[in-house]
Amino acid sequence: MIAKVYITLKSGVLDPQGKTVQHALESLAFNEVRDVRIGKYIEIRLADADQKVSEKRVKEMCEKLLANTVIESYRYEIVS
Amino acid sequence: MKFGIIVFPGSNCDRDCYQTVHAVQRQPATYIWHKETKLPKVDCLILPGGFSYGDYLRTGAIARFSPIMKEVIPFAKKGGLVLGICNGFQVLTEAGLLPGVLMRNSNLQFICKTVSLKVENTSTLFTKRYAPSPLVPSAPPVPLGHPPRQAGRFPSRGGGRVVVKMPIAHGDGNYYADAETLKRLEGEGQVVFRYEGENPNGSLASIAGIVNKQGNILGMMPHPERCAEKMFGNEDGRKLFESLVKG
Repeated sequence: MIAKVYITLKSGVLDPQGKTVQHALESLAFNEVRDVRIGKYIEIRLADADQKVSEKRVKEMCEKLLANTVIESYRYEIVS
Repeated sequence: MKFGIIVFPGSNCDRDCYQTVHAVQRQPATYIWHKETKLPKVDCLILPGGFSYGDYLRTGAIARFSPIMKEVIPFAKKGGLVLGICNGFQVLTEAGLLPGVLMRNSNLQFICKTVSLKVENTSTLFTKRYAPSPLVPSAPPVPLGHPPRQAGRFPSRGGGRVVVKMPIAHGDGNYYADAETLKRLEGEGQVVFRYEGENPNGSLASIAGIVNKQGNILGMMPHPERCAEKMFGNEDGRKLFESLVKG
């Protein structure tokens, strides 16, 4: 099983990297760009287990270490 | 006062701190490797600057789970003195010992320069010695009926407002906390250092250093240990260590 974890800055938190990339895209004439948020993508290979149990464990990983919930939000999916 | 300096893999200001507390302040000091599981008997712990664990994932995020942190956290919660400088500040916020978080500098660059800092609270255990000396003559009161004094004739001490210079050297010093936390920090006098003039890193309310509510844990981005003796050409950091040592 693989857990795919996506971490981004919360919507109220300024993301200077995202802004810089947004401006770069605009300067390349991608005028449809409205906002860019940069985050982290983490892939975790897990021992096979019950889907529900794995989800609970991955959530714990996010809360404890992978994301700092003061500024970051996370979401994840588990695929076999 | 006995100091313990925690050394994480990637710490690089541990020796500077040792030099300051041991050679300059003449206090016993010992290094404590992050893998240790017991703290020696010390009065003050310093979490030094550096790049613990290469700043992987987030600054301080991995160091916060080092074995020694299992001892540092109860030591701090019991009122033991803890000073976190730069990366040490980042570790303290990740460990939940101080509120908020240090984000990437708003200009996305590593900044290494000397900045002006306002010492906002000169009554903490870490900053008492910054309190304006009562021996410094202040402007005499203006007699009734006289025009107000021209600004600039006497240096304004603004009710204990002191400005010092200290070096900063960080890529992630942009302090952030939610509105409620900020309000509490400001209300309780927990903002100890604030950037004066230019805000170098985008820090919320120009915050450069904070203490916890009990006043025994200080986290700051500037480096007082890099300006704590004459040879360095700037001694503005010296008083911080003197506040701890001499009270």
